[in-house]
Amino acid sequence: MYEITIAALLTIITAATPLVYAAIGEMIAEKSGVLNLGVEGMILVGAVCGFATVHFSGSATLAILVGLVAGAGLSLIFAVLVLGFQATQVATGLALTIFGVGVSALLGQDLVGIAYDGLPKISIPLLSSLPLFGTLLFAHDIMVYGSFILVIATAWFLRRTRAGLILRAVGDSHDAAHAIGYPVIRIRYMAILFGGAMAGLSGAYLSLAYSPLWIENMSAGRGWIALALVVFATWRPWRVLVGAYLFGGITILQLHAQALGVGVPAQVMSMLPYLATIVVLVMISRDNNKIKLNAPACIGKPFHPTS
Amino acid sequence: MKSNIMQKLAAVLAAAMLFAATLANAEEGAVGFVYVGPVGDHGWTYRHDLGRQAVEKALGVKTTFVESVPEGADAERVIRKLASSGHSVIFTTSFGYMNPTAKVAAQFPDVKFEHATGYKRAENLSTYSARFYEGRAVLGTIAGHLSKTGVVGYIASFPIPEVVRGINAFILAMRKVNPDAVVKVVWVNSWYDPGKEGDAAKALIDQGADIITQHTDSPAPLQVAEQRGVHGFGQASDMSAFAPNAQLTSIIDDWNPYYIARVKAAMDGTWESTDTWDGLKQGMVGIAPYGDAVPADVRAAADAVKASIIDGSFHPFQGPINNQAGEQVVAAGETLDDGALLGMDWYVEGVQGESGQ
Repeated sequence: MYEITIAALLTIITAATPLVYAAIGEMIAEKSGVLNLGVEGMILVGAVCGFATVHFSGSATLAILVGLVAGAGLSLIFAVLVLGFQATQVATGLALTIFGVGVSALLGQDLVGIAYDGLPKISIPLLSSLPLFGTLLFAHDIMVYGSFILVIATAWFLRRTRAGLILRAVGDSHDAAHAIGYPVIRIRYMAILFGGAMAGLSGAYLSLAYSPLWIENMSAGRGWIALALVVFATWRPWRVLVGAYLFGGITILQLHAQALGVGVPAQVMSMLPYLATIVVLVMISRDNNKIKLNAPACIGKPFHPTS
Repeated sequence: MKSNIMQKLAAVLAAAMLFAATLANAEEGAVGFVYVGPVGDHGWTYRHDLGRQAVEKALGVKTTFVESVPEGADAERVIRKLASSGHSVIFTTSFGYMNPTAKVAAQFPDVKFEHATGYKRAENLSTYSARFYEGRAVLGTIAGHLSKTGVVGYIASFPIPEVVRGINAFILAMRKVNPDAVVKVVWVNSWYDPGKEGDAAKALIDQGADIITQHTDSPAPLQVAEQRGVHGFGQASDMSAFAPNAQLTSIIDDWNPYYIARVKAAMDGTWESTDTWDGLKQGMVGIAPYGDAVPADVRAAADAVKASIIDGSFHPFQGPINNQAGEQVVAAGETLDDGALLGMDWYVEGVQGESGQ
């Protein structure tokens, strides 16, 4: 039983990590007042570019970086369209997803059918050989550690730094931020690029660690789940983390429950992750005032410096 | 708020127009294909697309395909678009397209429709499927010989008769070799989600399965098997590239001859509404080359089962068959008929888990 529990928990971590990256990135973009529905597309482009890099160069580090840059590159298209040309964010974001799905399939045509061993696990000396929690906490690949650092850094950035305050100000009232002299457009560019970079990392994790291969559309809707997580977590990094682990956790546990032969219909089991994540996040975020406090007031609204 | 709704509407409209533009330039008499997954899935859809390419090559007709079409309202729109843009034959290649296909077929009597794995037919709507369960019986035989724990993990998609039948055929054949064998079933409620399929494989291996098999379309479960050092079976096409050590063999779907024959019939004017259900004998179902982990005697046993299905001396669903509760439902000497197979919604003995019915 002990082995099964540890094994299940390890699988939960790999299931949650891509959601953490994508959702945290999207959260920062939304905090600046930009809704980017292109997460799914950016994840796929990150995934295919990361996988291509590891296949041709053999370097996992380079592959992760390329995934990051590829995601950011795709988000730059979005940024130019919505910030430069004032295009509708919702339509542009959807178009970005459609574009990302297509372009990743095109780029990956020759990569289908190739296998990769997966990111190396980094065991922290001494700690990883601890009984009980050693392998659970201290023997992961670099991207799992990175996801926790990302959440801590984001929480600190938003709450404790001046730059974070300015980002929130831009998202809450771009006119006021503009009036006191902050470069609204430039800040939003950076936020969108960060969002794209994190979606790219999420994709790189999918194709390098989660299921180390490339096949079309391999993200299978995780970009949309990340988008929903941001809203249900009311734009707060720790709740995004909770939501991602809850979703990943229940997904894995219901698979285990099915394998054990628990007498619940499979359809109900498959519903559970969605249901439980929504219920829990709505419960912890049910204070209306706090939602208003955290929700970026300018989300989705175009900004024009002269108006 | 209002502008928000307008923006969303505009977005949906833009996406729809973009989509329509890609289809509108199809030529008269072209052949249309609707796929549930991407053509690069290396499984189910990939094999259908090979069939499409074979049609183009053999008959020189123009073909159109739309991939990753969700099973539901979207499918109806895609099928109607194909029908109204001059396609003469349309293949819809997933069970969930049944109702949309039937609906559109009624509106376009001059267009010929072919729906895979369903049961609704009309004057201009044929159905076709492959007796995959025959292949599953061969896989089950191999698993019976090679599984040390006697536990096989089965990653399943949706609780429809097609999938339930495959599970039953597999365990019936496996228990002929190892009477104590069980199969643990995990439903992932998706045809295609590499991450989740892989997770299901991990869960099953963690719970003692030393062979996994799947009725979902990506190679991710096999890849997990390779990493964990257990064995598995590929799905729909040879997946040994992903798991050179782990893949024991794979069921191969071969739609090429059927697709060529049907399109040719439509061109010659001899097309009729039919119900095709071919298997190992006709070559619609094939078995990939055995992996190195399958020893000679097991290969011989598997080949014998395959040969006996082809020559008709053995049927994967011949009695005696017990249900999950251990009650005999098919007596010795009897065999389930096609009607019972097509509506199969119950598990045989040896299956663990809920059938979801």
